[in-house]
Amino acid sequence: MSDEIKGGLKSPLRRRLLAGMAALPAISLLPRPSWADVPATSAVNTTGLAVTDTDVTVGILHSVTGTMAISETGSVEAEKLAIAQINAAGGVLGRQIKFIQEDGASDWPTFAEKAKKLLVNDKCAAVFGCWTSASRKAVLPVFEQYNGMLYYPTFYEGLEQSKNVIYTGQEATQQIIAGLDWVNKTKGAKTFYLLGSDYIWPRTSNKIARKHIEGHLQGCKVVGEEYFPLGHTQFNSVINKIKLTKPDVIYAIIVGGSNVAFYKQLKAAGIDLSKQTLLTISVTEDEIDGIGGENIAGAYACMKYFQSLDNPNNKAFVAAFKKMWGEKTVIGDVTQAAYLGPNLWKLTVEKAGSFDIDKIAAASPGVEFKGAPEGYVRIHENHHLWSKTRVGRARADGQYDVIYETADLVEPNPFPKGYQ
Amino acid sequence: MFGDYSLSDLGAIFAMQGFAGLILFSVYVLMALGLAIIFGQMGVINMAHGEFMILGAYVTWMTSNVFQKYAPWLFPEYFFAAMILAFIASGALGMLVEWALIRHLYKRPLDTLLATWGLSLILQQAYRSIFGAREVGVELPAWMMGSWQATDSIQIPINGMFVMGLTVLITIAVAYVLFWSSWGKQVRAVVQNRVMAGAVGINTEKVDRYTFGLGCGIAGVAGSAFTMIGSTGPTAGQLYIVDTFLVVVFGGAASLLGTIASAFTISQTDSTLEFFMSGSMAKVITLLAIVAILMMRPQGLFALKVRK
Repeated sequence: MSDEIKGGLKSPLRRRLLAGMAALPAISLLPRPSWADVPATSAVNTTGLAVTDTDVTVGILHSVTGTMAISETGSVEAEKLAIAQINAAGGVLGRQIKFIQEDGASDWPTFAEKAKKLLVNDKCAAVFGCWTSASRKAVLPVFEQYNGMLYYPTFYEGLEQSKNVIYTGQEATQQIIAGLDWVNKTKGAKTFYLLGSDYIWPRTSNKIARKHIEGHLQGCKVVGEEYFPLGHTQFNSVINKIKLTKPDVIYAIIVGGSNVAFYKQLKAAGIDLSKQTLLTISVTEDEIDGIGGENIAGAYACMKYFQSLDNPNNKAFVAAFKKMWGEKTVIGDVTQAAYLGPNLWKLTVEKAGSFDIDKIAAASPGVEFKGAPEGYVRIHENHHLWSKTRVGRARADGQYDVIYETADLVEPNPFPKGYQ
Repeated sequence: MFGDYSLSDLGAIFAMQGFAGLILFSVYVLMALGLAIIFGQMGVINMAHGEFMILGAYVTWMTSNVFQKYAPWLFPEYFFAAMILAFIASGALGMLVEWALIRHLYKRPLDTLLATWGLSLILQQAYRSIFGAREVGVELPAWMMGSWQATDSIQIPINGMFVMGLTVLITIAVAYVLFWSSWGKQVRAVVQNRVMAGAVGINTEKVDRYTFGLGCGIAGVAGSAFTMIGSTGPTAGQLYIVDTFLVVVFGGAASLLGTIASAFTISQTDSTLEFFMSGSMAKVITLLAIVAILMMRPQGLFALKVRK
């Protein structure tokens, strides 16, 4: 795949000279209409990134094989859609975006290796990728060492901030606190049963949830907190415990194949989600595809985006996505966040007037994307996004009804005081 | 922990918990049976067992789609057709694999581990290319998804009872085939002494192929049944493989009774512990107990007495 840019890998100096010479006769010819909009490569690329007069190369780094392919497929699709749309609208600083896609293969060392390849060999101006926290942690040192730019789409546990990463999903407090406040206020919920798969994201998220429930919600308490190994498929015992403790809210952060088993067994055990309140932060429309809408109808999910959001941006986005990837595809929270990546990068490059990583990192705070499907978003000083948090209720057809959204944008706070 | 609850509440919970243990027991037996035949009788370490199960799950998914489209009035009963088709599909693939791969490795049993592991990777990627990387949702007939209200407070999942019934049926069938049919005698003869069995006129190649096919076919049925309780995706088979080997090895490789006893022990330990502590901790303690017992009895719970 790296063949695409073989022609562009000559020495930067020679390329700049060639570009300069090519430009000389052009000045004397009739002015092209777009000429004035396209700044010289030497001006917008001072660090030897893969930028030419006509195009710029970026990387896409996700798992398309292995366990995580289930989740990451949607992100790849969204990023390709965004790139195609930007190109159709004239590209970035007059340059068409070319992408090199690498497969992280659900294996964290592979992610690091491929990240290095994208930055060192391919000189990618930006990389859109990673999904799990583990893969992000694996590539982070690579991006910092070789000064790359990563746009990371997944909602995650926070506790991280880097000059070389823009986090386009929500960090944990953004996703969790608004949802708990909502369920406490509208459902009068007092008792919570916390469930999660046994790794960093659910554990950190439940820690934040517990602190919020016990410290900030009047008279509320946690009546149980349980973790299951990834891939656990037998939930009958914990379902019995839930039946015994009768919590007002089941708060579930279960991921992957376990999700399917959990909701199927919950339904089979006679827990009716139209009567028992269940709030999750880990089930997007993508997951419902595997779980089956009829098994999870009635559950509440708290995140920043649902496919059913009713605004013009989102309608155009959903239509374009389905046109490109098929009528049957669904769009979850992370898929939308992945779509933000290339768009935010384009806006930032235009604001900075340069592809240089340092200038992009410095220009990022304050960049606004008014065309985001989720509505307006803005990059915070800490490289996370200001965004609204919403609560949706699952329908049997696999979509959510959006029933609540925060009045204002929620500030990202990756290192929340009092929640750690 | 129980101070706040009434006696009837507790009674109901313990009854349901008992059933949860029995359901887990059936699940373990069902997933281990196919492997017990292949590993126990043939000595082949089949790492692709999970993928044969998932083939069954995908067949079920396809059958449900076909029924929904062409025969919606038969949809409530489609599951039975799906299980038979799953058995045929996985069994046929199993015989093909035996012919192409396994039969060359009978003299090198350890190499079957690598070969079948490679096979499992190939199958996973094949599922991903054919069915897509995302999980598919298998729609079940409404009657299978509810729960049976035994009393006011006791609810038993219907799909759990279905799995229990299926397990009993298949176990009886396997026991009959292996221990009372003449074909079963041939299988056991081949296992004990391949050369001698050939000498008395048993077609050992044919016996091997059908045994492997039978084991894989049962895995397919198990996979089909597990669409009721678990996920169907390219790598979902990996969720079962560890537990499956655990059950078979702990039970004593060559013994059907051992497999059942070990499934019972592990499932009861698991589900009881899980009730009193977190799922992760329950698993850790179960595994520790198994390791300790296997250190004392390396041959597993039940082992055939053979002259060395």
